Amino acid sequence: MRIRVYIAGLVPLATALLLGASQAKVESAGTGQTQPAAVEVKIDNFSFGPATITIPAGTTVTWTNRDDIPHTVVSDDKIFKSKVLDIDEKFSYTFSKPGSYPYFCSIHPKMTGKVVVQ
Amino acid sequence: MTKTKDEILYDHHHDGIDRRGFLKCMAWAGTGALCVMQGGVLKSYALNRAGDPALPAAAKSELSFVQISDSHMGFNKPANPDVAGTLKAAVDKINALSSPPEFLLHTGDISHLSKPAEFDTVDQILKATGKETFFVPGEHDVLEDDGKQFLERYAKNSKGAGWYSFDQKGVHFVGLVNVMNLKAGGLGTLGHDQLEWLEGDVKHLKSSTPIVVFAHIPLWTVYPQWGWGTEDSALALGYLKKFGSVTVLNGHIHQTMQKVEGNVTFHTAASTAFPQPAPGKAEAPGPMKVPAEQLRSVLGITDVNYVRGHHALAVVDSTLA
Repeated sequence: MRIRVYIAGLVPLATALLLGASQAKVESAGTGQTQPAAVEVKIDNFSFGPATITIPAGTTVTWTNRDDIPHTVVSDDKIFKSKVLDIDEKFSYTFSKPGSYPYFCSIHPKMTGKVVVQ
Repeated sequence: MTKTKDEILYDHHHDGIDRRGFLKCMAWAGTGALCVMQGGVLKSYALNRAGDPALPAAAKSELSFVQISDSHMGFNKPANPDVAGTLKAAVDKINALSSPPEFLLHTGDISHLSKPAEFDTVDQILKATGKETFFVPGEHDVLEDDGKQFLERYAKNSKGAGWYSFDQKGVHFVGLVNVMNLKAGGLGTLGHDQLEWLEGDVKHLKSSTPIVVFAHIPLWTVYPQWGWGTEDSALALGYLKKFGSVTVLNGHIHQTMQKVEGNVTFHTAASTAFPQPAPGKAEAPGPMKVPAEQLRSVLGITDVNYVRGHHALAVVDSTLA
């Protein structure tokens, strides 16, 4: 099993090191064999929208910060963690394994969301 | 006691919490108000146009210092495209005070994105005060590196994530850090190590010692829905119960507010960068855009004076307008 991570914008490679080393692998876009499904989550007004999403395994979720205050996307279980996203910056993560992935903004912890992978 | 037009008198001896007086203080905060507690009575005075409080026996203070907060250097969005300019205006205001402060406290969010150049700019601007500044970090100052850069720059001799204490003219100052290791769904956090340190730090002080605690996120629950509070602040305040005068100075919410609870006066300072909405008055606590000509009237500095023999420190907010 492997988890593919697509990193958008200026996210440094170091982000990948924060993932579980045994399960994570960084690929440059376009090397995947099939085009995975993609889902967008917008960060607006200090909230994730939609706050809960349900997706099939293999889907890539991309978060975009549309606030003029920086936010982060951090898994409660430290499975994924974005760098600090300033206005219009994005973070993507591909969920390959079914399960429930609660996450939050580590700067504004009242901001919470959840990805359910079927 | 007589009651004059610009004065609120309210007795705290019985319930300890004065919601009415608190709300009145809040209503005045935008235009500048002085709230001072003497002998268990909260007095609030509106400021005149020159920004001077209409105090009967104006302070022959023994210790005067200024709190500034939330300079957010690096922020450049419409709510304030020139945060360096407004920080300079705050410095001009400080330099023009009739009783010069001994030092400054900065209650965090020095930078917007923890970038070295942002910290450098603030340091450069604050130099013009010629005063020492004591800092505690805001969440914007400890992005990415667990606060290592903040510690290196501003808190070399501190404990843990940057907490410390010092004494000035008989007043004990405690700088606390409540922006690290925040948990999903939670508020600000002090954490076990810091609380243990605080207990030991104040244990041997005389109960007559005036205490000033400063930290970024409010140490009282202003509005938990927006994260405006600190999970374990009650434990910290528990260690300060024996003291006759405790003044808590916070930032984070970009507006002035004051509350008195028993012997503790809580106060939040305005930002020098941009205002945020009153609790619950907007969908989210983001930067609030006001007409450009009004911006400086919602930014400000806080001047604090200690007069020996008085029950509490006098806290005066003034805007940058």
